Amino acid sequence: MRITVNGEAREVTEGQSVAALLADLGIQAERVAVELNLKIVDRRAFTGTPLNDGDRVEVIGFIGGGRHDDDER
Amino acid sequence: MTPVEFTDTQVERYSRHIILPDVGGKGQMKLANARVLIIGAGGLGSPAAFYLAAAGIGTIGLVDGDVVDLSNLQRQILHTTADIGKPKVDSGRETLAALNPDVTIKTYRMNIDAGNILGILADYDLVLDGSDNFTTRYLVNDACFFAKTTLVSGSIFRFEGQLTVLKPNDGFPCYRCLYAEPPPAGLVPNCQEAGVLGVLAGTIGVLQAAEAIKEIVGFGTSLAGSMLLYDALEMTFRKTRIPKDPACPLCGPRPRIKDLSGDYTVSCSI
Repeated sequence: MRITVNGEAREVTEGQSVAALLADLGIQAERVAVELNLKIVDRRAFTGTPLNDGDRVEVIGFIGGGRHDDDER
Repeated sequence: MTPVEFTDTQVERYSRHIILPDVGGKGQMKLANARVLIIGAGGLGSPAAFYLAAAGIGTIGLVDGDVVDLSNLQRQILHTTADIGKPKVDSGRETLAALNPDVTIKTYRMNIDAGNILGILADYDLVLDGSDNFTTRYLVNDACFFAKTTLVSGSIFRFEGQLTVLKPNDGFPCYRCLYAEPPPAGLVPNCQEAGVLGVLAGTIGVLQAAEAIKEIVGFGTSLAGSMLLYDALEMTFRKTRIPKDPACPLCGPRPRIKDLSGDYTVSCSI
């Protein structure tokens, strides 16, 4: 079946979960928010949320700022 | 101080704004009466403050507890080599005052925390978050919700940037609608990894200033309810709609967070 991930079409297997999609994309689930058809998916439900044909998925990275001088803290 | 009319010099200084039909003298006066607080005089705060001062924002508040370090100068353009060792808010004040003496600059040399944030927010109409850590990011989000203050949020990491406008009291989402809680310790990207393309701070910081000006004057399409995602490697901008989360622990109908008394510390220790 075909879904859209971040605006691009992608073929996935029937019933694949959000968690499995992230694994396929090589994305660590803890580092992103996932929006499925304009609803935020609770991160505890990534494994139990199956994808359906035509779904629109947005994966939004969790980025917090520019603190790179970690030794200052 | 509330300016009632512009001097000839000011009319000339802001002429390229004033001739824009969407701004005009009326819009420029709104900017002159606006009070904008910038959290962090660093990578994002520097370019944002520069353009907001140039635009004639009446009062700009700068909050930052740090001093200028040599490694900041790759992106934090409010500060120069001669400023190393100086508090960032002092260096920032000097740079902005030199650019535009019309602007009142208030400085807060401190790390913002749950005890001081609401008192500072009370004096401002709009906040720009240019903070560099999740602890501050969540605190600013929550405080702006309680203070009913519009928040223009920007963040950068390596080659990626994000920008959004948060107005949860006007039916739009807050930061927690998207990310209810910070990621677990050890998976916090800003703690664990290093590096950012310096110019990326400029890109996102300047876009924050643009959104702030739009919010103050009231033209164009607000970024509230949307997030702009910038990828400097691919040179792509993507705008995605962000829904309000009915289960949001802050701005949802059954909030768990009712004040700033919770623990905002995001541990960097692994």
